Amino acid sequence: MADIWLQFLLTVDATLRVATPLILCAMAGLFSEKSGIIDISLEGKMLMAAFAAGGIAAVSGSAWLGLAAAVLASVLFSLIHGLACITHKGNQVISGLAINILASGLTVTLGIAAFAKGGQTPLLAKSERFSAITLPFADVATVIPLFGPFYKEVISGHNLLVWLALFTVWLSWFVIFRTRFGLRLRAVGEKPEAVDTAGVSVDGLRYRAVIIAGIFCGIAGAYLSVAHGAGFVREMTAGKGYIALAALIFGNWRPVPALMACLMFGFLDALAARLQGVELPYLGQTPTDLILVLPYVLTVVLLAGFIGRATPPAAIGTPYIKER
Amino acid sequence: MSKKHSISAGGADTAAPAIKLTAIDKSFGTVHANQNVDLHVASGTVHGVIGENGAGKSTLVSILYGFYSADSGQIDIFGQPADIRSTADAIAAGIGMVHQHFMLVPNFTVLENIIIGHEGSGSLLDGIKAAEDKLRTIADHYGLQVDLHARVGDLPVGLQQRVEILKALYRGARILILDEPTGVLTPQEAEQLFSILDSLRVQGVTVLLITHKLREIMAVTDTVSVMRAGQMVAHLKTADTNPADLAQLMIGRPVLLSVGYTKAQTGDVVLSADRLCLHGNTAEYALRDISFDLYRREIFGIAGVSGNGQSELLDILAGIRELSAGRLKIGMTEITPQAPLSPSQIKALGVAHIPEDRHAAGLVLPFSAGESAILGYEKDIAAACRGWFLQPRTIRAHCAGLMQAFDVRPADPDLRTSLFSGGNQQKLVVAREMSSAPDILLVGQPTRGVDIGAIEFIHNQLLRLRDAGSAIILVSVELDEILNLSDRIMVVNAGRNMGIIDRSAADAQKIGLMMAGVPVDELPAACGDRP
Amino acid sequence: MSRQPVPRWIDIGLLPLVNLLAAFAVAAIIIAVIGENPLQAMGVMIKGAFVYKGALGYTLYYTTNFIFTGLAVAVAFHARLFNIGGEGQAMMGGLGAGLTVLACDQILPAGLAVMLGIFAAALFGAFWGFVPGWLQARRGSHIVITTIMFNFIAASVMVWLLAGMLMAPNQMSPETRSFAEHVSLPKIHELAAGFGFEMVRTPLNLSFVIALAACIGVWVLIWRTRLGYIIRATGHSERAAVYAGHNPAHIIMIAMAISGALAGLMALNEILGVQERVILNFTAGYGFTGIAVALMGRNHPIGIVFASLLFGALYQGGAELDFEFQTITREMVLMIQGLIILFSGALAYLFKPAVERVWFRLKQ
Repeated sequence: MADIWLQFLLTVDATLRVATPLILCAMAGLFSEKSGIIDISLEGKMLMAAFAAGGIAAVSGSAWLGLAAAVLASVLFSLIHGLACITHKGNQVISGLAINILASGLTVTLGIAAFAKGGQTPLLAKSERFSAITLPFADVATVIPLFGPFYKEVISGHNLLVWLALFTVWLSWFVIFRTRFGLRLRAVGEKPEAVDTAGVSVDGLRYRAVIIAGIFCGIAGAYLSVAHGAGFVREMTAGKGYIALAALIFGNWRPVPALMACLMFGFLDALAARLQGVELPYLGQTPTDLILVLPYVLTVVLLAGFIGRATPPAAIGTPYIKER
Repeated sequence: MSKKHSISAGGADTAAPAIKLTAIDKSFGTVHANQNVDLHVASGTVHGVIGENGAGKSTLVSILYGFYSADSGQIDIFGQPADIRSTADAIAAGIGMVHQHFMLVPNFTVLENIIIGHEGSGSLLDGIKAAEDKLRTIADHYGLQVDLHARVGDLPVGLQQRVEILKALYRGARILILDEPTGVLTPQEAEQLFSILDSLRVQGVTVLLITHKLREIMAVTDTVSVMRAGQMVAHLKTADTNPADLAQLMIGRPVLLSVGYTKAQTGDVVLSADRLCLHGNTAEYALRDISFDLYRREIFGIAGVSGNGQSELLDILAGIRELSAGRLKIGMTEITPQAPLSPSQIKALGVAHIPEDRHAAGLVLPFSAGESAILGYEKDIAAACRGWFLQPRTIRAHCAGLMQAFDVRPADPDLRTSLFSGGNQQKLVVAREMSSAPDILLVGQPTRGVDIGAIEFIHNQLLRLRDAGSAIILVSVELDEILNLSDRIMVVNAGRNMGIIDRSAADAQKIGLMMAGVPVDELPAACGDRP
Repeated sequence: MSRQPVPRWIDIGLLPLVNLLAAFAVAAIIIAVIGENPLQAMGVMIKGAFVYKGALGYTLYYTTNFIFTGLAVAVAFHARLFNIGGEGQAMMGGLGAGLTVLACDQILPAGLAVMLGIFAAALFGAFWGFVPGWLQARRGSHIVITTIMFNFIAASVMVWLLAGMLMAPNQMSPETRSFAEHVSLPKIHELAAGFGFEMVRTPLNLSFVIALAACIGVWVLIWRTRLGYIIRATGHSERAAVYAGHNPAHIIMIAMAISGALAGLMALNEILGVQERVILNFTAGYGFTGIAVALMGRNHPIGIVFASLLFGALYQGGAELDFEFQTITREMVLMIQGLIILFSGALAYLFKPAVERVWFRLKQ
């Protein structure tokens, strides 16, 4: 019994670790898409950020400088997205795609030029990363049945960025539903004309939204290379940006449901990792590939309206052009 | 705010006018939308600006509201030069605007919609609370009651417009611009709007009413300016003018009150509608129990305020929408909800259709004129397609023929459809649909956005087709068009048939009452007599 | 709409060229920043793509992939559908071709097996395009998102099958057994040898010819058939299509199936032409490159051929970078590709006002 409980707790713990970049990216996508800008470039921004964080942390020896560089790089790419989609009214999907492909090529190119390690950045020492924070009494608490292991395995032992990711969910909710900026943000994604005729700049609001998206993606990227991992590896985002996008849709463009979707997708990932190579009764070898594909399948099923309905912001994807 | 009431069209009064525009000029490329426009609106009056579609009214108010900036000219608001470069500047100068298409977020509450841009600082919840108190005061003051916590998308159109007015007042507007405010309203809602405008005037608000409807100008304004082709052609006191004079000023030549209408001998029934119903998106029924017969060699007009079901009726007759209940008979063929027909099947029964919206439905703007001229007839026009394949030469020749017969200019089948003028685009659609010599022609808003010369041409073509033996169903929001062309007129209100009256018994007053929802058999007795 | 329109050659010729130059300029700056000489790099790429013995064959071999995936994007785009699922559709095409050939290469004559394989590639690709089309048409699911998801689903299916039931016995890498001998599309150098010409051995095979035929086919389809007419009408205005008696839902599904089939045909080149077995990741991002190709080629087959040739040259020349430079590699090409999509897609009108200004000034 205690063993199963521990196995379960370890999976939950892994879920949190896997879900952290998803949560950050989903919140990033939330801001961008609430403002009416489709953001499929979460993946590319996160990859760029992971590279910047890994590289700068390795050079400077500071995880914090790495984080700052990650945010900077990601915001820079957000601004490219903004320039294309907001200022020049370009196609938002094409712009996002361009950023993803550009990031793929640029990270490796710059990585080889700077570190000559085939696109990776140097392995980071413990002091150069955001390390796990062991909460007080974590070891002592294990004597308490059930809760003790929970406290030790799930609550304690996470790095700062995990907590930051969870905090951004509350922050996003607060900003979007409880502030003036949030009201305008929601309005601009539904009916930009209403905001424009109220004397508020549509472009200004959208730029702020994509910059916030950049900051969150930056943190997500830094998490991958200087907190969860110990350096940048090429293509290390491995589709997480798209999973986050799926989670955002799954959460119907709302912060807390999106968080839940991220945790669910993270749990599937953690579960697949745990069941790798395990023989299951009747099923034989666990089909982990099929578990890993579930987020995509579920999102398609949701989009098809077979389970609930996803309603995107009404003005999403359409550039705002004042009619002549 | 200036407390003095002054009704002054010329601006000779010493009190500062609420709005004074001097020599406003604005071009879009080669289009000179506003030429040297002057306008004086006295404080505390209702001033109308009337003109045809495309006369430059919308450009003018867009400049006043900061949407565009003028190429040259000056704006003074309450005697102060105003440098209006953005909407925010206009709002700060005390100008509010109710747009033709509402600027409201459907899934926000009334309150949230009103405070966008003026939320106050600090917590949003506090801001909303403060706004609520202020709004109740404003609503009581001007008699504009509306549930502040309702979702805007759930409100009827008339109330949404009220929200727009409240929004402008909340932002401190002392000048209220309304751009074609009655286009989407029922006559009753329009009446309510006019009484709101009256009470606003009493409270000292200056109203600028932009419209192309003479009736509104006469009903509610103190003074009126007339625009034509980008220029102001007259400034008048409403009391000193009349609709006929205004109409003449608007179009620059006497109105064609009637085309060469002559009665024709109607034939047998070609289409019969029996209690047609259509479920609506918001209302329970978009159409309810519509019954009528259509005879060969007649024009059957359908009148109604736009949005009362006539568009849906056309869609059903054309097969674009399936009916929810009832029975439609075209020739010998019966169409029921159980046995619907597709648009192409209905077309095969000899039905042609000039759609209401030629830009979205009737034409494909990026196509060449030749390609647009076979839209819907790809299979039918001789040799336009051979098997699966298009025949460009035949398509071009066919289009050239249509262009010659219907005087479409320039007569170039290879020119992109979007590069033709509105009138010529419409002639192309009319030509295409008439060339199949249909038994039944469905016509929606045939002259919307079409210049006067083309209107005359199209009207005559419709009569010619009728005389040649076709039956025509004509849907138009232009009452004059209906009255001038129709042999019989059906009036719809809220998706119901208010009655069918013969041309000889029809007049604007009667039809107007029916459009407002009075069934034909409940019309006041006095209406029955022709003046 | 500011003035009278500029001549067409500016719109379809000069502007795309300016956009392309902008992308190359940015790439050159990046190369310079990392300490290499951009001109030298370009020289290496041009030599690698066209000059060295056999280089052209390799360039055209890559070009073949891009023609198929570019046409796929273009056909969908004429119906205003953004199919970014070319990658997944190509994988499925490869799977279809592979399964078919594996099933019958021992029993049927080689030619027939290959023909069936071609057919199956188109069919499987069409299915993988049709389903998102169906979801869009019937369930209102956004095609961009569903095609993205379908790429991932296809990739997972491939891993699952190739590392599982399809994995060749006695082997560690996730791939099927090789097809029987001669069950493949003939290489161009083999064909040339048959006619008595001596050519360098390259992977270029008959699918290049099929790709060119597909270009003509797509041109005829879009501009010379009734179906193409309806696809374009639906793309420009769905209401016009309904009014004209067509069902946009059907058109969406048909257009997506054709698009998917074209993407699936990419497998001809890789699976039936070169690998002669099914391997993982044979699509290598060519499906995404198809988007860049269609954008640059303005969704017209002629434009697509030229854009494909450009990307073919970039890929082949990029491979040469690995040999010649310490610091720049073929990933450079990915970067250039991203820049091209950015400048000729998302920022397509960035230079338009400037170019128009110059034009009108010159004309005066």
